[in-house]
Amino acid sequence: MGAAVQPAETPAASTPAAAAPGRVARVRSAAVVLPGVGWLVLFFVVPLALIFVVSLGSRDALDRITLANPSLDNYARAFDPVFIPTFLNSIKFASITTILSLAIGYPIAYWISRYGGRHKVLLIILVMLPFWTSYLIRTYSWIILLRDNGVVNALLQAFGLTSEPIILMNTDLSVILGMTYGFLPFAILPLFVSIDRLDPNLIAAGRDLYASGRQAFLHVTLPLTMPGIVAAGLLTFIPALGDFVTPDLLGGPGTTTIAKNIQELFLAGRDWPYGAALGFVLMIVTLTGTLVALRTLRREVVGGD
Amino acid sequence: MARDRNRWLSAYALIVYGLLFAPIVVLIIFSFNKARRGLVWQGFTFDWYPKLFANDELLDALTVTLEVALVAVIVSTVIGSLLGLGLARLRFRGRGATETLLLVPMITPEIVMGLSLLLFFLQLFDAHGSLTQLWIAHITFCVSYVAVVVRARAASMDPRLEEAARDLGASAWGAFLHVTLPLIAPAVLAGGLLAFSLSFDDYVVTTFNAGVGSSTLPLYIYGKIKFGVTPEINAISTIIVAVTAIAILIAWRAGAFETGPRQPVADEAAG
Repeated sequence: MGAAVQPAETPAASTPAAAAPGRVARVRSAAVVLPGVGWLVLFFVVPLALIFVVSLGSRDALDRITLANPSLDNYARAFDPVFIPTFLNSIKFASITTILSLAIGYPIAYWISRYGGRHKVLLIILVMLPFWTSYLIRTYSWIILLRDNGVVNALLQAFGLTSEPIILMNTDLSVILGMTYGFLPFAILPLFVSIDRLDPNLIAAGRDLYASGRQAFLHVTLPLTMPGIVAAGLLTFIPALGDFVTPDLLGGPGTTTIAKNIQELFLAGRDWPYGAALGFVLMIVTLTGTLVALRTLRREVVGGD
Repeated sequence: MARDRNRWLSAYALIVYGLLFAPIVVLIIFSFNKARRGLVWQGFTFDWYPKLFANDELLDALTVTLEVALVAVIVSTVIGSLLGLGLARLRFRGRGATETLLLVPMITPEIVMGLSLLLFFLQLFDAHGSLTQLWIAHITFCVSYVAVVVRARAASMDPRLEEAARDLGASAWGAFLHVTLPLIAPAVLAGGLLAFSLSFDDYVVTTFNAGVGSSTLPLYIYGKIKFGVTPEINAISTIIVAVTAIAILIAWRAGAFETGPRQPVADEAAG
């Protein structure tokens, strides 16, 4: 990130665009940046603003959205005690997924960085390969494994661990397994980048100063790779919080999350203003979470260097 | 001692890699199972594959998916690459705001983006889902990813290379075409591939914006999965996995995953 900003900060005279006469440069900058900026403003910012507008409205007799009596009623409903468990459920799934991904991913990232040698890129590509494969298919593959007559139950019975199939599908466990499987690559990549950038001499210096392997890890490696851990946590938590596919496919009708709730309101329940309010809340929570994490990240980076 | 830990860690890594691939491998194996239902292996068959090509609904969905992905890749790669290049190389007012504008779509939950576009088209254009709506939606969630990938590469490029070309008499356009573009080409390729995979795979945004006759492959697959595991879905999945793996291999060979600069001079400029 830091490197990305750098070239633009170099003295004006050394960048080609700035070297050209001011007006031409400005026109050229506009031509380069404007299509993308314009697109995102029109098709991202405006629709997002529209969610907020619609969330203030209500339904008329024909189930259409009406803004005749704008109010915050839908938000009051969103924070109704009835809805709190759904919200907590989403946070629970996302938190457990994040913790598992970090716990499973850190040793892997560490191993690739320290022992990967010249195969590092290949090993990272292998981690990312499932990520490039359809998320839908990856989730589906867990149904094959976890259903009552699935692979896991067949193995358990073959080894005589159970006689009856254990119900694994449509449980919290299946959702968490599916999410962790889905988002683990998101965690491993930033962890790897962070660990790989760490100067091994720093650990060696710690060891020279009589730190045990564990102490060196706890007091040198871990603090210095904290930015990577925060980034990995963020990259897992955010998509897990808003995930719809996993809770819908691997969790049963009893599994409620914000995303599932929104989808039902929009595609079945037709209460769009309320759905819009829930969507807006999810957006605000996501943005706030990211902002807090980025703050931490910046502080860690400044403190770490 | 150290070697012991190394061995434990390697064993652990092997297990995790195994678990990462196990579900997909199982899926592939079952796409060749004769049995329609259940786990029992009733012999090897290739029958499920030709059946896919006789399934009109599936082929229609695939056609729509490819149409949407093609448009999404072309448009998002062009405007995303320009945006990434501009952010890495140009100074302009509102740069910070543009950075934010680029990053927010990437952290926005898919479901929020999906419903926001649904409301946008419904409220402003009275549109209830169409192919055009899918094009626009898919381009929107792809642009940021392309821009970020290209910006990373362009930022690690030595700006003096372009200056040198200008000094040697190249026009601004000529310098871009013959110096900048070849240098960022791998990132543009990687960005385009990423856009394709995002578009091809998308379910959530699509489900909010597809209309009658614009059902995509993920929508088709999702509908089938809801009713359980079938050999047909196993076979489609296997084809998708195979195509993805081959595409990544090609991209890797083409250098799409090279993030760092190859020329040593650029290190100084980036760091």
